[in-house]
Amino acid sequence: MSLFDWFADRRKVNPVVRATQEVEDGDGLWSKCPECGLVVYRKDLIANASVCSGCSHHHRIDSEARIRVIADEGSFSPINSALAPTDPLAFKDRRSYADRLRDTQQSTGLRDAVVTGHCRLEGLPLSLGVMDFRFMGGSMGSVVGEKLTRLVEEATALRQPLMIVCASGGARMQEGMLSLMQMAKISGALQRHRQQELLYIPLLTHPTTGGVTASFAMLGDLILAEPKALIGFAGRRVIEQTLREKLPEGFQTAEYLQEHGFVDLIVPRTRLRSTLASLLRLHGVSAPVAA
Amino acid sequence: MVRRPLLEFEKPLVELEDQIEQIRQLAKDSEVDVSQQLLQLETLAARRREEIFNSLTPAQKIQVARHPQRPSTLDYIQVITDEWFELHGDRRGSDDQALVGGIGRIGDRGVVLIGHQKGRDTKENVARNFGMASPGGYRKALRLMEHADRFRLPILCFIDTPGAYAGVLAEEQGQGEAIAVNLREMFSLRVPVIATVIGEGGSGGALGIGVADRLLMFEHSVYTVASPEACASILWRDAAKAPAAAAALRITANDLLQLGVIDAVLSEPSGGNHWAPLQAAETLQAALLQQLQDLGELSEAELLEQRYAKFRRMGRILDPEATEFSPNP
Repeated sequence: MSLFDWFADRRKVNPVVRATQEVEDGDGLWSKCPECGLVVYRKDLIANASVCSGCSHHHRIDSEARIRVIADEGSFSPINSALAPTDPLAFKDRRSYADRLRDTQQSTGLRDAVVTGHCRLEGLPLSLGVMDFRFMGGSMGSVVGEKLTRLVEEATALRQPLMIVCASGGARMQEGMLSLMQMAKISGALQRHRQQELLYIPLLTHPTTGGVTASFAMLGDLILAEPKALIGFAGRRVIEQTLREKLPEGFQTAEYLQEHGFVDLIVPRTRLRSTLASLLRLHGVSAPVAA
Repeated sequence: MVRRPLLEFEKPLVELEDQIEQIRQLAKDSEVDVSQQLLQLETLAARRREEIFNSLTPAQKIQVARHPQRPSTLDYIQVITDEWFELHGDRRGSDDQALVGGIGRIGDRGVVLIGHQKGRDTKENVARNFGMASPGGYRKALRLMEHADRFRLPILCFIDTPGAYAGVLAEEQGQGEAIAVNLREMFSLRVPVIATVIGEGGSGGALGIGVADRLLMFEHSVYTVASPEACASILWRDAAKAPAAAAALRITANDLLQLGVIDAVLSEPSGGNHWAPLQAAETLQAALLQQLQDLGELSEAELLEQRYAKFRRMGRILDPEATEFSPNP
């Protein structure tokens, strides 16, 4: 095996392993790709939608950056941004949920794990929900469920197409069964959106798992995913350990799901905007005539 | 019948029962009248049983909910229906044994019955995959629910699963997609849907047949967002903390009634449903008939609207822009 092969092999290392090593944007001027080691000027990386120009590795991005990638500049107007979580179970593990919430809110500047609103994309109207993995692993509790439900309901009332960008470990355990019920709540709202023959496109990003996969992530008219994103229902560790099954190569990647018929398109982030605009137009979405 | 002492806290009860049985045998062989003593012992046994089962911890309730002799979906169906045909297959190439369904008669009406099915012993459990349904199971359930919708038959669901099957094949066949589609489509069913947690309600695998107009729960059943074992190993980094997780997650019927997740708690015979399965079936049948009658008075439009509103209310949030704390049951 040549040295190049060795490097090539290392690059195939599972995306799951990679995620935990990923270094998020610091304050430095330069950024090193965790995948290929390429060092680039941070501004250039951001200008390229945080996709490595060397190896096309998609760096994880937060909800604000995601909205910049999708929406026409300055067109995004958030809704329900004041909704905040409570601690309905008075939940405490090694730390209390209330403390965790407060700290995460301070460090992220977010109230909870999803940002919702309406925007334009190449002038076309779009209702947009973006999950933020930084907020407790993008987990879905009452606030995520409520904000997404309200977004879907508004999209239905406005007769607008809808995109939800998924990035989540699943239901938030700290809110117990109330979290599980959010899966049903959002699915119910999506059923009404669908009944009106309106377009819903989820974008599955790294990682999309658990209760999110078992609800709105898989309910798109069309389902898009980012290259190499981890997408699955059960956790890899659960499958490996409890059932002693060996996992096939590339298991639970976007490519694997596409191969098995659960993802329509794998869209590199640099082409997300243009792809989405084309899809919207193909489905008859048009820019509103200025009043 | 001699019961094996399967749960730690059941042991004193089983010992008492054995004593009673012994005395009965003795009495049979001799002339001595022991009816007084027997009566005393039986009263004592009943009181002990009551005491123990009225103060079960959440972790102990999980043990009761998972008891191998706890009545299963097919046990209940046999008792509560007068006619019953199990129907098979998802029409996509599989017939999951962990999620069963069919058509039957309860009281004077035809219904579709669907439920997770665990096994009684190891061999049956292997065949039933311990009640962990595959994507094919959820698709079979949906096929039967759509059938019920077309022929206007109310749907009765019985929830009893540790969770949806987590395996390579299940992922390949789209476990997430199968459950997701059920959640969405159950909101469009024009017939009453009543779901009852008869044992263990394990997360998305339970919810996959659980979007109902009425959600009932037997007293010692549990319904969880994640198994306490998994929760403990993730949040406590220690699977041995499962009992603490079980308590923190609020998984008991009374907790969930308070949180507005379920509509009613069905009381169990003293000692749990496995001590008096027929009595449990009677309780279940009476509750289902009552709910069917109540829901039968609603128009299709009302039914759909109320089902949507029921789930729409779930969750607890702070909304500073709303005039009141909302939404709250």
